[in-house]
Amino acid sequence: MGRLLTILASRFVIAVPYLWLLVFFLAPFLIVFKISLSEPAIAMPPYQPVFDLAGGVAAFIGKLGSLSFGNYLWLAEDPLYVNAYLSSIWIAGVSTAITLAVGYPIAYGMARAPAAIRPILLMLVILPFWTSFLIRVYAWIGILKPEGLLNQLLMFLGVIDTPLVILNTTTAIYIGIVYSYLPFMVLPLYATLEKMDNSLIEAARDLGCPPLSAFWKITFPLSMPGIVAGSMLVFIPAVGEFVIPDLLGGSQTLMIGKTLWSEFFNNRDWPVSSAVAVILLLILIVPIMFFQRSQARSREAGN
Amino acid sequence: MAGNWSRFNIVSLVLGFAFLYLPILLLVIYSFNESRLVTVWAGFSTKWYVELFSNRGLMDAAWVTARVAFVSATVATVLGTMAAIVLTRYTRFRGRMLFSGMVFAPLVMPEVITGLSLLLLFVAINFDRGFLTVTLAHITFSMCFVAVVVQSRLVTFDQSLEEAALDLGATPLGAFFQVTLPVILPAVISGWMLAFTLSLDDLVIASFTSGPGATTLPMKIYSQVRLGVTPEINAVCTILIGIVACGVIAASIVTKRQEIQRQRDEQAAARATG
Repeated sequence: MGRLLTILASRFVIAVPYLWLLVFFLAPFLIVFKISLSEPAIAMPPYQPVFDLAGGVAAFIGKLGSLSFGNYLWLAEDPLYVNAYLSSIWIAGVSTAITLAVGYPIAYGMARAPAAIRPILLMLVILPFWTSFLIRVYAWIGILKPEGLLNQLLMFLGVIDTPLVILNTTTAIYIGIVYSYLPFMVLPLYATLEKMDNSLIEAARDLGCPPLSAFWKITFPLSMPGIVAGSMLVFIPAVGEFVIPDLLGGSQTLMIGKTLWSEFFNNRDWPVSSAVAVILLLILIVPIMFFQRSQARSREAGN
Repeated sequence: MAGNWSRFNIVSLVLGFAFLYLPILLLVIYSFNESRLVTVWAGFSTKWYVELFSNRGLMDAAWVTARVAFVSATVATVLGTMAAIVLTRYTRFRGRMLFSGMVFAPLVMPEVITGLSLLLLFVAINFDRGFLTVTLAHITFSMCFVAVVVQSRLVTFDQSLEEAALDLGATPLGAFFQVTLPVILPAVISGWMLAFTLSLDDLVIASFTSGPGATTLPMKIYSQVRLGVTPEINAVCTILIGIVACGVIAASIVTKRQEIQRQRDEQAAARATG
């Protein structure tokens, strides 16, 4: 009796979150794929029905022949979309590299800090992550705009005579992504650097290795898991980023998250925005799988 | 890896934290600016805060957001804790790979994809968009964050405690609530808080899944930000930052106290058995 109860309880604990994620995470992707194959229509919802199982299997198979890949052809033919994908990947890649360059010294400094103040430093890195993304991006508008605080400061110091144009350029997007995603980079880096055995460095130093080359030959390679995890945590969401390019980038900067948003909300073209989402997911599926594998491996190591 | 803390380390930390905190600090300072021009300082004033409370639209949005955040964080904490237990305890069952994939993927999934896919689901099943759909959407992505937070605590939990309770005749449910839950409670609470703030902050997913009458605060802020930077928005942001900062600090104090209490208990137990 007790044994049966235990089995039932474990079945229940597995089934509830499993079903929830199947219904609200996995099933929606199938629907996105389905709608990406339909034609837009002036109706609510604004797409033509593609196929459903209500008409039986025969009707379903019959409809399969009439599926439209027109939306995908449209995406492939229009340079706007191709450019938007390419520039999103480029912007996300460059931002990830800058975030790594900015985040590494911070994580390194935290890992070498006295043990007593490390929890406080950790808290200070996590705290901005808790404040709204939107607010943190918004804060940069006041700093970067032509009459903004950065230009006021630089002109006051006499560094420049005319205000720099930063807002509404790609530079502003880089600043926004680096700023918003910095904690995601620092935390995994810190986690690997903190665990590192310092005696390896000491041994290298004793054997006459200069500090900088000891860093490149020992510390840097050993921190690779943190570098990979941090880079994935920045790169993947940054490719589909909407808020940062919308608020900090100008109308001429192309990013696919923004394109998807305007297809959906401004053009009300649901099938094309679904196709945009499917292609974006296909581009990201390799890095996402990579991220999951590295997560699962580090969890198993934790066990 | 504690070592000698060089000047380079200290300088990079100071610069890094300045970069992280200066923009937020400037935003807070300029919310107390007398002038309507956000970047010209014209003296201290709290008038934007007063104006804020008479802004009906903003207040309604704040109320909607608070309710969505509370309900979604609570449900997400229950589901996320269950998911964390599954990930740590049930290492072998059919479909485990898919399950862990579905827990980790939402952490990095671009919000536009999650938002669009959930909206299409709600339309496909003819579900009216509004308060409930936003809440369901928020539960789905924040439960994964809760799962990760709780799981990292569960892996260090000594399972023999729970086995001892079961041997002494506790039911699995009783053992969970009386032994496991009290130990992992700090992680569960911080999971709840994380889910709450994620819901409070979300713009993209809410924009896709909400309907008429369920405008959340970030949606309201976003529509005003597009028209330009205003001191009222600075004031709203300052209040939100204040709430989150108080919550995080209070939580860290509670966790610290529990930690000290736990250490005392352990010492007492060691004395009693020794």
